Amino acid sequence: MRISTGYGPRPASGTGFETFSWYFMRWSALGLIFLVIIHLLLNHVTTDVSCTSYELIAARYTNPFWRLYDWLLLTLALLHGMNGLRVVIDDYVRSRSWRLVLQSSVGALTLIFFMLGTITLITFQPNPSILPGLPKCL
Amino acid sequence: MWSWLLHRVAGLGILLFLLVHIVDISLLNFGPTVYDEGIALFGTAIVRLISLALIAAVLYHAFNGVRIILIDFWPKAVRFQAAMFAIVLVVTIVCFLPMAYFVIGPVFGWPTGNMPAGM
Repeated sequence: MRISTGYGPRPASGTGFETFSWYFMRWSALGLIFLVIIHLLLNHVTTDVSCTSYELIAARYTNPFWRLYDWLLLTLALLHGMNGLRVVIDDYVRSRSWRLVLQSSVGALTLIFFMLGTITLITFQPNPSILPGLPKCL
Repeated sequence: MWSWLLHRVAGLGILLFLLVHIVDISLLNFGPTVYDEGIALFGTAIVRLISLALIAAVLYHAFNGVRIILIDFWPKAVRFQAAMFAIVLVVTIVCFLPMAYFVIGPVFGWPTGNMPAGM
């Protein structure tokens, strides 16, 4: 089995999970660079983070584009990050049983956080008494 | 080696923040009072400092990631890896400084012009 370090030379061939993981890290990275930097500019530069209040999110999420944007960000960042953690655990944890425990926890955490984020993005319905609100700085 | 270690540590730090961030966003469904209490924390000086670390980590991880991809897919790039690492550090700092101004500015009352409701 080819163990990807996440770094180093491109896998010569293969269709296994580690090869897939190696390519996924790079393709998701290309998407994340744009998604994350725009996300940071929107919520820390053009609007101060103290103004990203319930009202601002409610107004923003009237457009489904931003829910999709945030869902893509959630999915790619979580899978990219958790896969990175998986590689780090493979690198440092030598005991087979500990690796099993930790890698299972990584899998479970990925699923739980993916569901929590996805459910939030899908089910959020702003309290109508607040709309149409202007961004309120806290 | 330092580029590799920094990439790894930055990545783990960003992941930790991501998990916290997913939880704080989930407060949206508990209504405006609860959610805004969470967001107000981000406006405090201490969390602004943590945000600076996060932004630095994200920028470094992103630009060093581009360097890794270039080395992986363009074999000759290995020859320039050290020069590219220097470029990564410069680009990280150049992008970080203006963003840091906006993030930390409110603590010192610097004009940032990004608070529409007036503060």
